Amino acid sequence: MADLTVITRQALDEVAACGDLASLEDARVRWLGKKGRITELLKSAGKLVASAGPEAVARVQKARADLEVAIVARRAEIGRADIERKLVAERMDVTLPGRGEEPGGLHPVTKARLRIETLFRRAGFDVASGPEIEDDFHNFGALNIPPDHPARAMHDTFYFADGRLLRTHTSPVQIRALLEHGAPLAVIAPGRVYRCDSDMTHSPMFHQLEGLAVGENVSFANMKAVLHGFLQAFFERDLAMRLRPSYFPFTEPSAEVDMSCVFCDGKGCRTCKHSGWLEISGCGMVHPNVLRASGVDPERYTGYAFGAGIDRLAMLRYGVNDLRLFFENDLRFLRQFRTLGA
Amino acid sequence: MKIPYSWLAEWVKVPWPAPELGSRLTMAGIELEALGAAAPPFTGVLVAQIVSAEPHPQADKLQVCRVSTGSGAPLQIVCGAGNARAGLKSALALVGAQLPGDLTIKAAKLRGVESQGMLASAKELGLADASTGILELPQDAPLGRALREYLALDEPVLDLNVTPNRGDAMSVIGIAREVAALADTEVSGPAIGRAPAGHAQRLAVHLEAPAACPRFAGCILRGVNNRAEAPLWMRERLRRAGVRAISPVVDVTNYVMLELGQPMHAYDLKKLRGDIRVRLARAAEPVTLLDGNTVSAPAEVLLITDGEGAVGLAGIMGGLRTAVSEATTDVFLESAYFAPDALLGRARRLGLQTDASQRFERGVDPTQQGRAIERAIALLTPVAGGTAGPVEVTQSAPHLPQRPAVPLRAQQLTRLLGVELPAQRIEATLAGLQMRVTRSATGWQVTPPAHRFDIGIEADLIEEVARVVGFEAIPETDARVPQHFRSLPEEHPPEAAVLGMLAARGYEEAITLAFVDPVLQERLFPGRAALALSNPIASDLSVMRVSLWPGLLRAALENQRRQADRIRLFEHGTRFEMSGGTREIDTLAGLACGARLPEQWGVPKDMRAGADFYDMKGDLAALFAATGARQSFRFEPDSQPALHPGRTARVLRCGQSVGWLGELHPTLVQTLEFTYPPILFELDFDAALAVKRATYEEISRFPQVRRDLAVVVDESVTLSTLAERVTLAASSLLRDLRIFDVYRGPGLEKGRKSVALGLIFQAISRTLTDDDVERLMGSVIADLRENLNARIRE
Repeated sequence: MADLTVITRQALDEVAACGDLASLEDARVRWLGKKGRITELLKSAGKLVASAGPEAVARVQKARADLEVAIVARRAEIGRADIERKLVAERMDVTLPGRGEEPGGLHPVTKARLRIETLFRRAGFDVASGPEIEDDFHNFGALNIPPDHPARAMHDTFYFADGRLLRTHTSPVQIRALLEHGAPLAVIAPGRVYRCDSDMTHSPMFHQLEGLAVGENVSFANMKAVLHGFLQAFFERDLAMRLRPSYFPFTEPSAEVDMSCVFCDGKGCRTCKHSGWLEISGCGMVHPNVLRASGVDPERYTGYAFGAGIDRLAMLRYGVNDLRLFFENDLRFLRQFRTLGA
Repeated sequence: MKIPYSWLAEWVKVPWPAPELGSRLTMAGIELEALGAAAPPFTGVLVAQIVSAEPHPQADKLQVCRVSTGSGAPLQIVCGAGNARAGLKSALALVGAQLPGDLTIKAAKLRGVESQGMLASAKELGLADASTGILELPQDAPLGRALREYLALDEPVLDLNVTPNRGDAMSVIGIAREVAALADTEVSGPAIGRAPAGHAQRLAVHLEAPAACPRFAGCILRGVNNRAEAPLWMRERLRRAGVRAISPVVDVTNYVMLELGQPMHAYDLKKLRGDIRVRLARAAEPVTLLDGNTVSAPAEVLLITDGEGAVGLAGIMGGLRTAVSEATTDVFLESAYFAPDALLGRARRLGLQTDASQRFERGVDPTQQGRAIERAIALLTPVAGGTAGPVEVTQSAPHLPQRPAVPLRAQQLTRLLGVELPAQRIEATLAGLQMRVTRSATGWQVTPPAHRFDIGIEADLIEEVARVVGFEAIPETDARVPQHFRSLPEEHPPEAAVLGMLAARGYEEAITLAFVDPVLQERLFPGRAALALSNPIASDLSVMRVSLWPGLLRAALENQRRQADRIRLFEHGTRFEMSGGTREIDTLAGLACGARLPEQWGVPKDMRAGADFYDMKGDLAALFAATGARQSFRFEPDSQPALHPGRTARVLRCGQSVGWLGELHPTLVQTLEFTYPPILFELDFDAALAVKRATYEEISRFPQVRRDLAVVVDESVTLSTLAERVTLAASSLLRDLRIFDVYRGPGLEKGRKSVALGLIFQAISRTLTDDDVERLMGSVIADLRENLNARIRE
């Protein structure tokens, strides 16, 4: 039995020398298979006891167990090495671009508009809309702008042969919304409006935001809070706001809304023409004649209305310095706004 | 409206320097648009006098002048101006002077004679657009004084924007009234007295349209020298206010208009025939105007007439026949009140908006016609001489504007503004605006002054109080918002999600104009009626779009011109259809042009080919799947002129047409010069994309079975027909039908195609057996053979 040690040594060496799973399996069969050498030794246990004494069986059993452990360990090692090789072989250049379509994006004016809608919805306003081809009544008459009113000169109106027109502002939606829903009411109406004017700073089609709140005690002070709140929320920053008296036939008192310049924080720069202020909106308390034309009793209800340029808000928000870019649809421009959300 | 600071200061004590005055006025509703100086910057120019002027020895048109600046020896100046003469006081630019236009004066020799500076013209100093000679200064101008100082050229000029409701503020006195209200002081202008009449001649005036012209003041001046020149100070003020000096008579009427807001007109008395009558025009009555043009006045236009016909459009422009000239010696001055209603819109319709018409349309103080004439006489006679007759005021008292008291309730003011102001402050504010205020049970009765045309209701008074007190005095107060839930219809396609989906599939959103080129639109949609603008800004932007395609195609072409090789655009906007009245249809449209995928490594070659019908159909299928009603959509072969006849589908939803998909017609691809044929879609936003609310359907817990089938059918058999037959024949156990190949070519008869289908069967309540599936496949195959003449490929 002197050679059990030699046999065991030899078996362990063979297992250790196996480089792949197939040769390891061969070795296992050679030593531990049905006809393997160690298996054979155990089969002839009687002979073993006779020749090497009673503890010889235990020694062979231990040798078998050791060998089994060695094989399992070796199998795991070979497996690990295989994976290592595979990992090396499968290495990719992760810096190569990904496959497929590139995303497009929304137009910056749409992004600004959706952002505005979200902000006002959160503040309890509904979103309304109205037709782009309007009649004189909704665009002018009901808004206290009778024919020949000097204010009409400020609206370079596109007309059709039958007297209808392209709305020059979103204010007609005030009338339509009040006629449809009555008071109390809080709506905004973003939309496209038209004026026959085209130069560096004017497009014949542009986007306006109308706001209207009518209730039993809606005040100028409420309007100030809403406008200031909206501007700060839209621009995500503290900014100063001031109202300057102005004139619109459909509001009284009327005001222009200035906010501190978002580029220079009111210190004065080119965008604000060194005034520190940006004119951003017109607003006022709804004129009693307008409420009456909309079927609302001006003795019972008061309201405010405002109108702002969505294009201008978008320009300030996204740093666009030329209005015309919005309507040229240059892909190199549009691609700059492929950002999520609004 | 431009107002020199000094002119305003003559009418009210201004407690603020110009910038602060400007911001105070702005915050009270009269916006300072710009604060300018009376002249562009220049230096080194003095008041000087020509001591002697001798002909230049070498040049006929030059003179050699000796010019004194009051100290030191006279300077030798060579001058080419015709009016340079001994004794004249003028402006001398010294050597080193900087003049407008980057001009530096240097000592120079002119034709051999030394010149130590330059005698300057108004034009050279930036004081006029044109000059005929050097500046002529009054004899009392102090020698050696800097010209800027002497002429107050550094004084600020306020450029104010007066809103159309404030006709009363379109004058120096009007702004002075505003300043007085803001500074709590009084208007204090030059005294305007009634001079005794120098003669008794008068001209009868008949007000034949008394509602339109209820008051007319006139006065005859005789022996006027209209060849004289208005004094420099007056010409300078006019210039600073933006009005050109013409002749003393015209300058004075302009001066009074700017100062008092009362437009005036001067007639050459000798050219007037008989009495003045103010009446409405007879239809299409011709009037030849000062500027030489003849207009045909419609019956709504008010005329000033004499015995021979019209001598002017009342309140707009005078006539040529009776216009004053240099030779005029006798003048009839008109200072009338024309009612805004009688003027509104007329000037604009005649294309003749003037300083006068703007003021009358907005409302001129109806009480100061006589005063304005007195002021004009006082300004004119010292300059041009002459004697004035009596100032005759003809009027129709019942037609003069009334200013009834307007009630103002304290409670309403508080309610509207959201702030409670002390009663005293309200009263003082209104009184400061020259309103008469008396207390009433609920507040006040307020009578506006005659010059205010914009105070008729309570809200007008509240506005006056608010703007003078200042909007900054009103706090920002959050309103309590009623917390009621409004309906949120789930079937409305959420715009942001729809747009976001197209964006995610590679499309950029465009915004194109709603009016398009009628030529392009007609090419795309021949014979389709479109609404035309009466006053387009350009002929290629003159009809309303009946589709978003003209705009998108144009945008695509412009991008192609900018070397974009792959274009994906979509737009969400209104199209305007003329069938059954004008309909505004909320529309979603898109365009794809160029490679299927952006240029990249690692995709098969065919993915680099130009996008085709099926690429865009995939995009639409994705949108339709998102409506939750994929099954209700069908693409039906159809045709329309804009699209390739073999590559056009009408999109149907539940049998209703909701849009189009197709490739641009090859002829259009060629004429528009597209590199790649654009694929286009257009959908009615609401009809196509209405969302069917998702509802849960039971999921089978049993395995599914797949069988593939290759069928050979005629080319004319569309896939939708094939799919319909399969679906019908396979019963409801067919869970899904996939089309995974379409083959034409070798091995197939001509005119036939092979379609590979994957049929997926599954039952809800049991495991399908092989027998079940074989039976189902058998009925599918039999159906296809019988109905579509199909051959099954093994």
